[in-house]
Amino acid sequence: MSAASPVEVEPDTDKDLAHDEMTVLATPWVTIVWNDPVNLMSYVTYVFQKHFGYDKLKAEKLMMEVHEDGRSVVSTGSREEMERDVQAMHEYGLWATLQKSE
Amino acid sequence: MGAFTRHRRSQRVIANFTGFEADLLRSLASQLVELLRNESAVPREDQDPFEAMMDFSGPTSEPEDPVLARLFPTAYPGDEEAASEFRRFTEGALRDGKAAAACTVIDTLEEAGLPEQLSEDGLMIDVELDEPTAETWLRSFTDVRLALASRLGVEEDDDDYWLSLPDDDPRAQAHDIYAWVGYLQETLVDALSR
Repeated sequence: MSAASPVEVEPDTDKDLAHDEMTVLATPWVTIVWNDPVNLMSYVTYVFQKHFGYDKLKAEKLMMEVHEDGRSVVSTGSREEMERDVQAMHEYGLWATLQKSE
Repeated sequence: MGAFTRHRRSQRVIANFTGFEADLLRSLASQLVELLRNESAVPREDQDPFEAMMDFSGPTSEPEDPVLARLFPTAYPGDEEAASEFRRFTEGALRDGKAAAACTVIDTLEEAGLPEQLSEDGLMIDVELDEPTAETWLRSFTDVRLALASRLGVEEDDDDYWLSLPDDDPRAQAHDIYAWVGYLQETLVDALSR
């Protein structure tokens, strides 16, 4: 799934609209990381910082969500992007899935 | 002993292990490699090289072994078709990556002086890892811990159960090893975060 490039859009009038439509089309997927009894809290935080480039505060917040709520949405984007994130999480040994944003 | 630290001047991640500890890590990593290469994702050796290259098919169903099922989780829980497609295109590369990471652990230990057969008493193995290698160790420790935990049936907050087992129970001993690798990993994350 990829948004069409806005080649025929008049630059001035329709630019914002085209951009909004692209965002809607391109970002309806999320990566979810699920809690497991094995992975260390420090490691999960480290992975979120390393892979997503989140600062420590955000990475820790997401890690605590995983730990306490059993799951957390850790990234949002196109389906292809989320597949790459899920694959990366599996490389790190985290239990991750993707789905359409609710 | 056995904890990772960051060497201030060289910025390398260092640890020293007894020969016994290094041998144990090697054995865990080797078992992981064997498990990862055991099932169908491995290209068949009897295949013509050209045919092998043209064969894009990877596994499409969840592995039967619970350890492999945990290492390669289903990416689309509610969509079997998408899950199969994702698995077909990713599981082979994931397997290769995890096997290569475990091999890095083995190679590093052997380059640091771990002999093929451990015989000498009092042998110490000093490992010095640059950052990418330390990251590879970190990921491989996760795989080893996931494998041990799946075999043992580790659950959330079950420490009391494992402590209640008699010392000579093999499951208690395996859990001690699992906890030890967890401790090592904790110090490795800490060293890498500095």
